[in-house]
Amino acid sequence: MTMAAYLSFGAALFCIGIYGALTRRTAIGILLSIEVMANAVNVNFATFARYSGSAHTQLFAVFVMALTVAEVAVGLALVILLYRAVSHTNIDEVRSLRH
Amino acid sequence: MMEPVVFGLVSAAGVLSALAVVAWGNLVHCVLWLALVLLDTAIAFVILDAPFLGVIQVMLYAGGVVTLMLFAIMLTRRGGGVALRNESDPMRRGPALVISGGLFGLMAWAILGSKSLATSSANIQPNAKALALTFLTEDVLAFEVLSILLLAATVGAIVIARRRDFGGPEPVRFRKEPRP
Repeated sequence: MTMAAYLSFGAALFCIGIYGALTRRTAIGILLSIEVMANAVNVNFATFARYSGSAHTQLFAVFVMALTVAEVAVGLALVILLYRAVSHTNIDEVRSLRH
Repeated sequence: MMEPVVFGLVSAAGVLSALAVVAWGNLVHCVLWLALVLLDTAIAFVILDAPFLGVIQVMLYAGGVVTLMLFAIMLTRRGGGVALRNESDPMRRGPALVISGGLFGLMAWAILGSKSLATSSANIQPNAKALALTFLTEDVLAFEVLSILLLAATVGAIVIARRRDFGGPEPVRFRKEPRP
């Protein structure tokens, strides 16, 4: 297997995630798309780790995983706070920060 | 020699379930499709000689994140049970398709056009022991930064989502706005 196959898989996942993050209306739907993008990045890191033979590169993947989990925790807390304030999670209709 | 077969199956299933995550109309089903994407990525890690990454992927994501997402969905629904809708804006589909398709085309052109990527073969395989050694010796700063990040995220999530009736200082609040 060449590196290009794995990198193409990662690129496909990333672009699908971008499409979802741009089109979704619910906050949780956008968070799901961001998860897909983070996974694509991790596939790329694991690929580079394998073909460079360095454990440092795998460490990046571990770092990204922990970052994503922290992001999900804070993101879902924000979603719950938003729901308490406006009783829905449709971010198109949230205009508190807009003038 | 098993690798191309497994990779073919994993990538096909991964791309299809990722498409389902961004296009399915039911939010709970979207989370379950995401679980499939995460498991596919875990298998991809295993065939990429990173079994440690595969295991923590299953533990953290398929175990933790998916459960957390389902909890958040159940806490933020107004009736409707599991038939919660997750719609995409039809007006934004065209531009989003152009942006993501264009980016994919650009990346595929760069990846497939590179000679060094096409001929590269697997190098020395990093294993869990090597990863642990780097994490606790050379790159110990990354380890410490991660622990502080996780602590800050935990405290932040509790402070943001806390309700007033648990005492303590005034919780974070949105300004009430009229429903449109």
